[in-house]
Amino acid sequence: MIPQSFQYESPGTLEEAIKLLHQYGEEAKILSGGHSLIPMMKLRFATPEVLVDINNIPGLSHIVEENGKMKIGGLTRESELEHSAALAKIFPIFKDVTKLIADPQVRNRGTIGGNLAHGDAANDHPAVMLALNATVIATGAEGSREIPIDEFFFGFYSTALQFGEILTEIQIPIPPTGTGSAYHKLERKVGDYATAGVAVQITIGDDGIVKAAGIGLTNVNPTPLRAVRSEQALIGKPLTEHSIAEAALYASEDCSPSADLRGSEEYKRAMVAVLVKRMIHEAANRASNN
Amino acid sequence: MNKCKTSKEIGGMGHSLKRKEDIRFIQGKGHYVDDIKLPGMLYMDIVRSPYAYAKIKKINIEEAMKVPGVVAVVTGRDLEKYNLHWMPTLMSDTQMVLPTDTVMYQAQEVAAVIATSRYAARDGREAVKVDYEKMKPVIDPYKSMDPDAPVLRTDKAGKKDNHIWHWEAGDKAKTEAVFASADVVVKEQMHIPRIHVASIETCGCVADYDKINNHLTMYMTTQAPHAIRTVIALVAGHVGLTEEKIRVISPDIGGGFGGKVPVYPGYVIAIAVSFLVGKPVKWIEDRSENLQADSFARDYHITAEMAGTKDGKILATRFKILADHGYTDASANPSKFPTGMFSIATGSYDYDTSYMECDAVYTNKPPGGVAYRCSFRVTEAVHAIERMTDRFALEIGKDPADLRMENFIKKEDFPWKSPTGWIYDSGDYHKGLLKAMDAVGYWELRKEQAEKRKKGELMGIGLSTFTEIVGAGPSKDFDILGIKMFDSAEIRVHPTGKAIARFGTKSQGQGHETTYAQIIAEELGIPAENIQVEEGDTDTAPYGLGTYASRSTPTAGAAAAMASRKLVAKARKIAAYLLEVSEEDLEWEPGKFWVKGAPEKSKTIQEIVFASYTNHPQGMEAGFEATHYYDPPNLTFPSGAYICVVDIDKETGGIHVRRFVAIDDCGNIINPMIVQGQVHGGLTQGIAPAMYEELIYDEDGNILNGTLMDYLVPTAVESPSWETGHVITPSPHHPIGAKGVGESPTVGAPPAIANAIVDALSPFGITHLDIPITPAKVWKALKDKGAI
Amino acid sequence: MLKEITVTVNGEKHTLEVEPRLLLVHMIREVLNLTGTHIGCDTSSCGACTILMDGKSIKSCTVLAVQANGKSLTTIEAVAVNGELSALQEGFKENHGLHCGFCTPGMIMRATELLANNPNPTEEEIRWGISGNLCRCTGYNNIVKAVIYAGAKMRGEELPSTEPQFV
Ligand SMILES: Cc1cc2nc3c(=O)[nH]c(=O)nc-3n(C[C@H](O)[C@H](O)[C@H](O)COP(=O)(O)OP(=O)(O)OC[C@H]3O[C@@H](n4cnc5c(N)ncnc54)[C@H](O)[C@@H]3O)c2cc1C
Ligand code: FES
Ligand code: FES
Repeated sequence: MIPQSFQYESPGTLEEAIKLLHQYGEEAKILSGGHSLIPMMKLRFATPEVLVDINNIPGLSHIVEENGKMKIGGLTRESELEHSAALAKIFPIFKDVTKLIADPQVRNRGTIGGNLAHGDAANDHPAVMLALNATVIATGAEGSREIPIDEFFFGFYSTALQFGEILTEIQIPIPPTGTGSAYHKLERKVGDYATAGVAVQITIGDDGIVKAAGIGLTNVNPTPLRAVRSEQALIGKPLTEHSIAEAALYASEDCSPSADLRGSEEYKRAMVAVLVKRMIHEAANRASNN
Repeated sequence: MNKCKTSKEIGGMGHSLKRKEDIRFIQGKGHYVDDIKLPGMLYMDIVRSPYAYAKIKKINIEEAMKVPGVVAVVTGRDLEKYNLHWMPTLMSDTQMVLPTDTVMYQAQEVAAVIATSRYAARDGREAVKVDYEKMKPVIDPYKSMDPDAPVLRTDKAGKKDNHIWHWEAGDKAKTEAVFASADVVVKEQMHIPRIHVASIETCGCVADYDKINNHLTMYMTTQAPHAIRTVIALVAGHVGLTEEKIRVISPDIGGGFGGKVPVYPGYVIAIAVSFLVGKPVKWIEDRSENLQADSFARDYHITAEMAGTKDGKILATRFKILADHGYTDASANPSKFPTGMFSIATGSYDYDTSYMECDAVYTNKPPGGVAYRCSFRVTEAVHAIERMTDRFALEIGKDPADLRMENFIKKEDFPWKSPTGWIYDSGDYHKGLLKAMDAVGYWELRKEQAEKRKKGELMGIGLSTFTEIVGAGPSKDFDILGIKMFDSAEIRVHPTGKAIARFGTKSQGQGHETTYAQIIAEELGIPAENIQVEEGDTDTAPYGLGTYASRSTPTAGAAAAMASRKLVAKARKIAAYLLEVSEEDLEWEPGKFWVKGAPEKSKTIQEIVFASYTNHPQGMEAGFEATHYYDPPNLTFPSGAYICVVDIDKETGGIHVRRFVAIDDCGNIINPMIVQGQVHGGLTQGIAPAMYEELIYDEDGNILNGTLMDYLVPTAVESPSWETGHVITPSPHHPIGAKGVGESPTVGAPPAIANAIVDALSPFGITHLDIPITPAKVWKALKDKGAI
Repeated sequence: MLKEITVTVNGEKHTLEVEPRLLLVHMIREVLNLTGTHIGCDTSSCGACTILMDGKSIKSCTVLAVQANGKSLTTIEAVAVNGELSALQEGFKENHGLHCGFCTPGMIMRATELLANNPNPTEEEIRWGISGNLCRCTGYNNIVKAVIYAGAKMRGEELPSTEPQFV
């Protein structure tokens, strides 16, 4: 398994990288962690003529809290997310999700930016970002722009990133106290893509009323999916078995999984319901300990 | 454990000697086939068919020939000129090397691209354009015998259907009579799925033909180098490559498990190309090619029935098999046994009536039927009998452990003749199961299960108490392509008392360099450390049929003991001469002869060996060497009692293997550490088909999971922490009482796991699930029964 | 087309001209002839190709040689120093942590980083920690044992028994 020949560019600055991307247009692809792109190139499913490697550009890898936001550089590796104490404190969901993404070696290379930019509904970060209401920062020739996560995922393998744009940062609002988050996916074996995955972040007020809820679904829809009706079923009332069951049911109805080796459509819908229920419980549990 | 007769320094049988071979592997100095680099070496890559069944209209190689570095593209038409386009299979069927007009399965070899580098060969492969005319394939074996099914093997003159052969064993009339009058009859339809050995090293070779000397050196990943040399000579003898001109070298092998026994087309093409261009040619398959095209294992559809009494006495069994062989019968079985040793399916139980039959058919799938860590279809047999034993227990409401205890063949009844004619050598099934039950805490677990059931929680306990049949085999019945299934050892002891021993087998990780040395140490008293073991080079090692089907210890291990005994006999003569006493006056313990009643008058084996070169008795041949070709008088019958405990998540179908206890009886143990390692590995290869692995095809014959992304080889997370132990009943007919162990766990584990899962689900009326049993399957079964 | 790169491999600096598409694993095996690093798959699944790049375990089949420019690589060949086995190598040998040995270099490289990050891992952490490495032979029990042994050795603690335990 050997990629087709290509030209390799390794710019040292963002400007240079963007210039190269414009210069080569459709022929060029950004190389980040390479753990989605290189496997596809080895199989010759992807045959770019130019690779623009962004790994040598400084300033793209960080996890910092600033102005009420958690800012994560696009080039931040999964293993950095996994071991970040800053993240673990506020967003326990990152520990959940990174443990379930591929394996330690892949996590040493794969980046959060690449995971999102790949636009694959089977990847795990998209659902998490939906649950956390993230904003994607895209940098292009005209500077940076903010893309709300709900406008980021388009169709199959496609995102709101324009050609020539680099995903440079993800910004996640720091939630108020009383917030908890959790992620789980069912997988056929460790390292596998999800049979179904569910990310939940929930904020419960002192009065016991759910103030905010974010629910994202992995690999049960052509694109990463926000379970809107499920979120609404929770917000504005106390968390009860009834509201949780409703949220679970809605998510299983609103997703659109396809049957494959991981399971039938019916099975996947049922698993979405089970996971939504379990992750709400887990997130609420964490919220109450927060 | 059997007691050690030798000291730790000598390191004979029973010592957990650390492995001699490890020192190179842990430092990256193993020498595998892809590590070989010869001057001027070319690289081969293979164009494969995207279709399961198609006519080849045209192969366009023009663009490929323009790729820098590509030197040739070889097609079936090119090989046809030399009559090298077909080859025999191990079952005396025929298989294409490269097709001239029709492809018969997806991923079949269509053309080979030869280039100066791996990368150029791959570019060339991409540039070969093939026009196909697709045809409707036969995928479902049950449909292959339909009147309107196309006849696939049109190359066979007069072939009018897709039937390959019919086989039967046992007594049909008697079985029918017992079934007709039995109180209880249970029946299940089961599929033992098509799986793959998936050794972490794929297959490959470097074919190095020397034109000037008309000599071929073939470095290849083979478990049976001698047999391969013979097969190459059979295929290529007519172009001048006769057997004395061929040397097969099998370097370190990164796992074999039966998958590296057959001759694959890639090997033959590499030889043909090297022969034609006079340069070494390397071919290493990709993982996906390996999974998609190389020999599969299993793929038996079995209708299994058991008849018994209401109080739990097994009376008879009946098995009807449909065997899906793919497009040719390339199974690795002894010639007279088209279903291998399936007739061991009567199991560990004392009853006298059984009938089994099998029909084998062709389909548009890759050929195979290798003995994947299994002595020829024993896995299928054990799954059928052990599943049915539990099924019977469930039917009559008896605990499956009690039912087994009541039906086991008794220790004192060995040697025992099975309803299909095998003579079981020895065993103590009651003791084995008791030990397993004690270790796992069986009755407490049953109590816990009852409590959990009241709460609606799903927990299952599964047993498997199997009898294996290994060590093929006695020459009167066992041969492959006519070559009898003996194996060999040659021991040469050097003047200083250190030895080299060579064998016809080939380790793929079993630790032969250590265990064979231990057998010789046990017999001769020369420290195992001072015995160098070599295998895998046909120029130096004695002829043997290789390592598979757990036959190395039963055959080559026995040969090592027998060759050693020839040496001890010679040593006795020399010792008598040196000590000036008669042979009868000498006593032997491994390493030393001494004079009866005068132990201070002694000669060590080292002194005797030295004398054999420097001061041997007149009239005796000098030197200290012996060779033995061991022809086993019977097979050996290892057994095991395995217990698996599972917890099932009712909502998701998720299965957690909580405990797994495996008690094996493999006879006397050469190296407990290595035996345990073999059991651990085999158990993981048992959980694999039980819960994860199966090669899946759609109705057009496309493989749906031909990569390691979707062919789910278990990781350390899926593998439970295995608990293992032994009971020992030595094989009475084997020189060192050993039975072989490599395969028991792979054979015994799947039914234990399947039985545990079905046990957990049985309150809902679920009586059987086909392996691999996945969460999705469990969930569906529960859903169908209205349990969720 | 060729790119010049400078890599330090096992402490030795190499300047090489490589095709951009050259996979790092092929550079190691075929350009530098360090054949201890193996290839077991084409989908980044098996971990047989695991090496350390700047101390981090990576699958060298899924990294381009050009991406290693300026980096420091360690392969299995440099794990033993002056003939002295590392604690992990010793652990694998003493605990029968290998059969065919094909997965072993990758396992050792991966476990090297695992122990560097977590000197006293639990069995569960070890199993998850080597979940990117497939072994078809050992059933993993003894690999886990080997890593526990190496951890104890590196911490200077009493070594666990290497005798096989039976029920
Ligand atoms: C064996 C294996 C198992 C895996 N299992 C999982 C899993 O369970 N869950 C999961 O989520 N993922 C899984 N992955 C995918 C892995 O997480 C990838 O690393 C990730 O999907 C892509 O990130 P990357 O940095 O490697 O991106 P790359 O492969 O470098 O790039 C992916 C795509 O995004 C584009 N891109 C990358 N970075 C940017 C950027 N900053 N701006 C704009 N475009 C960009 C690239 O051009 C390319 O098209 C697995 C991968 C492997 C090899
Ligand atoms: S060869 Fe790199 S992961 Fe398999
Ligand atoms: S020892 Fe053979 S693959 Fe691990």
